[in-house]
Amino acid sequence: MKIQPEHQGEDKLLEVQDLTVKFALRKGILPAVNNVSFTLNRGERLGLVGESGAGKSVTGFALLNLISKPGFIDSGKVLFGGRDISALKDDEMRKIRGDRISMIFQDPMMTLNPVLTIGTQMVETIQAHRNISRAEAERICLDKLRKVYIPSPEKRLTQYPHEFSGGMRQRIVIAIALLLEPSLIIADEPTTALDVTIQAEIMDLLLELCEVHNMGLILITHDLAVVSQVTQKIAVMYAGRIIEMGLTQEIVTNPLHPYTQGLIKALPQAGPRGARLNQIPGIMPSLYNMPSGCAFNPRCTKKLPLCCEEMPTLSSRESGSLVACHCV
Amino acid sequence: MQTMQVAFFPWPANPKPTKSTMFAFIVRRIAQALIVMLVISVIGFAIKKAVGDPVRDLVGISVSVEERTKIADKLGLNDPMPIQWLRFVKNAAHGDVGQSFFFKKPAMEVIIKKAPATLELVFVSSILIILISIPVGIYAAVRPTTLLSRFLMGSSVVGVSIPVFLTAIMLIYLFAVQLGWLPSYGRGETVRLWGFWDTGLLTRDGLRHLILPSFSLSSVMLPLFIRLVRAEMKEVLEAEYIKFARAKGLAPWRVLLVHGFKNTLLPVITVGGVQLGTMIAFTVLTETVFQWQGMGFIFLEAVERADSSLLVAYLVFVGAIFVFVNTLVDIIYGMVNPMVRVTGRK
Amino acid sequence: MGRLKLFRESFFVYSFLRDPVAIGSFIMLLFFLIAGFSAPLTAPTNPYDTAQIDVMNSEMPPVWIPGGSPDFPLGTDAQGRDMLSTILYGTRVSVLIGLGAVALQAFLGISLGLISGYTGGRVDSILMRVADVQLSFSTYMVAIFLGAIFQTALGVGYYEDVAVPFLIIVIGLAEWPQYARTVRASVLAEKKKEYVEAARVIGLPAWRIMWRHILPNTMTPVLVISTVQVANAIMSEAALSFIGLGMPVTKPSLGSLIKSGFEYIFSGSWWITLFPGLVLIGLILAINLLGDWMRDFLNPKLYKN
Repeated sequence: MKIQPEHQGEDKLLEVQDLTVKFALRKGILPAVNNVSFTLNRGERLGLVGESGAGKSVTGFALLNLISKPGFIDSGKVLFGGRDISALKDDEMRKIRGDRISMIFQDPMMTLNPVLTIGTQMVETIQAHRNISRAEAERICLDKLRKVYIPSPEKRLTQYPHEFSGGMRQRIVIAIALLLEPSLIIADEPTTALDVTIQAEIMDLLLELCEVHNMGLILITHDLAVVSQVTQKIAVMYAGRIIEMGLTQEIVTNPLHPYTQGLIKALPQAGPRGARLNQIPGIMPSLYNMPSGCAFNPRCTKKLPLCCEEMPTLSSRESGSLVACHCV
Repeated sequence: MQTMQVAFFPWPANPKPTKSTMFAFIVRRIAQALIVMLVISVIGFAIKKAVGDPVRDLVGISVSVEERTKIADKLGLNDPMPIQWLRFVKNAAHGDVGQSFFFKKPAMEVIIKKAPATLELVFVSSILIILISIPVGIYAAVRPTTLLSRFLMGSSVVGVSIPVFLTAIMLIYLFAVQLGWLPSYGRGETVRLWGFWDTGLLTRDGLRHLILPSFSLSSVMLPLFIRLVRAEMKEVLEAEYIKFARAKGLAPWRVLLVHGFKNTLLPVITVGGVQLGTMIAFTVLTETVFQWQGMGFIFLEAVERADSSLLVAYLVFVGAIFVFVNTLVDIIYGMVNPMVRVTGRK
Repeated sequence: MGRLKLFRESFFVYSFLRDPVAIGSFIMLLFFLIAGFSAPLTAPTNPYDTAQIDVMNSEMPPVWIPGGSPDFPLGTDAQGRDMLSTILYGTRVSVLIGLGAVALQAFLGISLGLISGYTGGRVDSILMRVADVQLSFSTYMVAIFLGAIFQTALGVGYYEDVAVPFLIIVIGLAEWPQYARTVRASVLAEKKKEYVEAARVIGLPAWRIMWRHILPNTMTPVLVISTVQVANAIMSEAALSFIGLGMPVTKPSLGSLIKSGFEYIFSGSWWITLFPGLVLIGLILAINLLGDWMRDFLNPKLYKN
């Protein structure tokens, strides 16, 4: 089922159609990402939100066809600039990775190879995609290091990752992502491993870079607060499916799905000072224990008998958002 | 199972690493090495006093008691112990640990003359180990489910259970006795380099004689190293930086060799250094089987003849080699792994 | 009887029975152990009894080769001793020394590891440095050195009588660092736990805390390395015997048998070396495989505790 949120007619950068990713486990072949569809236009920023295990990271990896065994893309398409990249062979896909689409991960200490210098890790990215000299590549590296506001970039190229603080490391990772001027960045929990004070800086940096270079951004996170300030669209995932999608403003002020409502209410800012934090009772079901019907029904306050039998599908509402719920 | 050597003096962690940290690290390791050498000297000295009879070494057995006491006094054998020990250390530092009564020559000279044979054997075996275990280990890590992989891993379990001398005997029986392709004892033709080093590497005959012994010796370590390389490679391949390298669009060979392999090297180097000790121990066994005229062979003869000076010479020389190689390995490790220099520990 | 039933139905037995390699090695090991220890009863001859040996019987091939005799099913060695009997007795000696040495190194290593880990400070530093250095020389080298030194000091004649305890001591001393390090690591982990604090607060003396409280919790890793160490000890003894620093030829272990048989492979009497060799390999392999299985079994479950 292809449903797109309404938008001005700009170039479609990325179009995901019914993407399903399955994992071949001992207990069977189970879907981690189930019929996920969304679109991203040039320069647009989308937040992919959900709890741990909802399938957001797997979706992100699937876009670049980086799912490692035992996972595999079962069905669906990923259209990048009109071209289906999910069906590409690996050496073709490699041309896109790091060049047209970049990805940054959660913990920069783990993302950067501890035994190689920053310079090596940056230059190799450039030289993997362009036939230019090392000197020229280094020039580009320095340029990007400046763009992420790293002081004295010349000295940095010969240093090792452990010689930097967490925030600096993530800036370097972002610089690497920018090296070949991609049109899309996929950021998987880019600030989760950082100190709270640094998180805001990094998010601001990302935002600024996306605006200046007109890059698309898919921000994968569980942090609704961050998403509400940075993105233009939000897709909320639960148990491998998108259960609500729409403009950020709309979702944050007027969430329709009971799960999204619970998430918004659970934000510390949402309630009065000193009051107890609101929780959504229960936990998200694991792949092995999916309830029948709507996956959220065991925790839902608005449950109808229908919810335990039939899986709701995404459909648009008056506000323009898409929701998968029987009760709304 | 295999231990990692830990730096002796735990320096407090220095948060701002500079060039001087590397220097401090090296100094630390060398100090540690010197202490170990001193301990070895104490043991060597103890052996000499307990077992050796320097008077006999010098003049033989058929000398009168008065003569012996006179000579003993002249040699300073009746001085207090600490003084004797210091004298021993001083002499040992100049390469003199006494006279081998069998060879009628300074013991150290005898050992050193036999050293090239053992060192060449160890050298060739090490090369074999590196050349075989790294590709096999990487292959087993990257393609774990193939029949070949399973076979290799299975045979390495069996390999660990076969003592080195049995491997040597089996190889001799197969290649020398039954097939007659390779010689079964001795070093073959050797060429003298630089006036003292008798090498078997430069003659075809010498190389032929090296084949069976070096394969036997390497067979001890191969299972261990293959498993180590494989285990490390597997762990490394799961790492985030490997995923990131792939996400950057790097070619698979680069991801494997540049990003993956360098990280595998670190534990392999450390284990390699420690394993040197076991290798030298096994040269004693291998040299026995192949009648290989190296240090181990001489050492066993010394034991049979109760030639204490030769024993001590072997102990000190081999001890020095151990300490030297271990220190070198630690320093190399410090250079390869930038994090070690900071905290001094792995 | 209740305990036996509990054991039989335990997860241990269950997962054991499902692993054919484990079962196979266990059977092989059991076979060797029984064969070895029942040697005085089951061996056709007593190879230590020089009266029974007739040098005219020397170098006879196994029974299935022309020239062999059913009196000597696996052939005879250069002195006319029956191979089967010598191998049986030899296995017994090898296993005895292996177990004895491991008992000694376990005792030494565990005690020192406990003390080192619990006391900490200078005692810990010194003990661990000694252990590190000893390990860097490799336990085989240490065993060879110790063997050589003792043998030179004691002289060869005296040697035969004390060979077995001598080997146990040498191998025991050579390998204690493994146990010490393992136990120390466990102790350090346990020390931080609350039950140790509680015991200290009550006023229990250090040795009691170590013995009754900490020690039981360090048993798992000790068990895991023990099987490997037994295999190692048997290998060490075989190696020492092979170079002449171990069991003498008159009271041979498997290693000495291999040594004495070695020269004869050139003259064609391959069985003198092969059979003891096969038994040795089989013994070590069985122990190693069982050890591997036990390590896998103990690892995920009990380490999580």
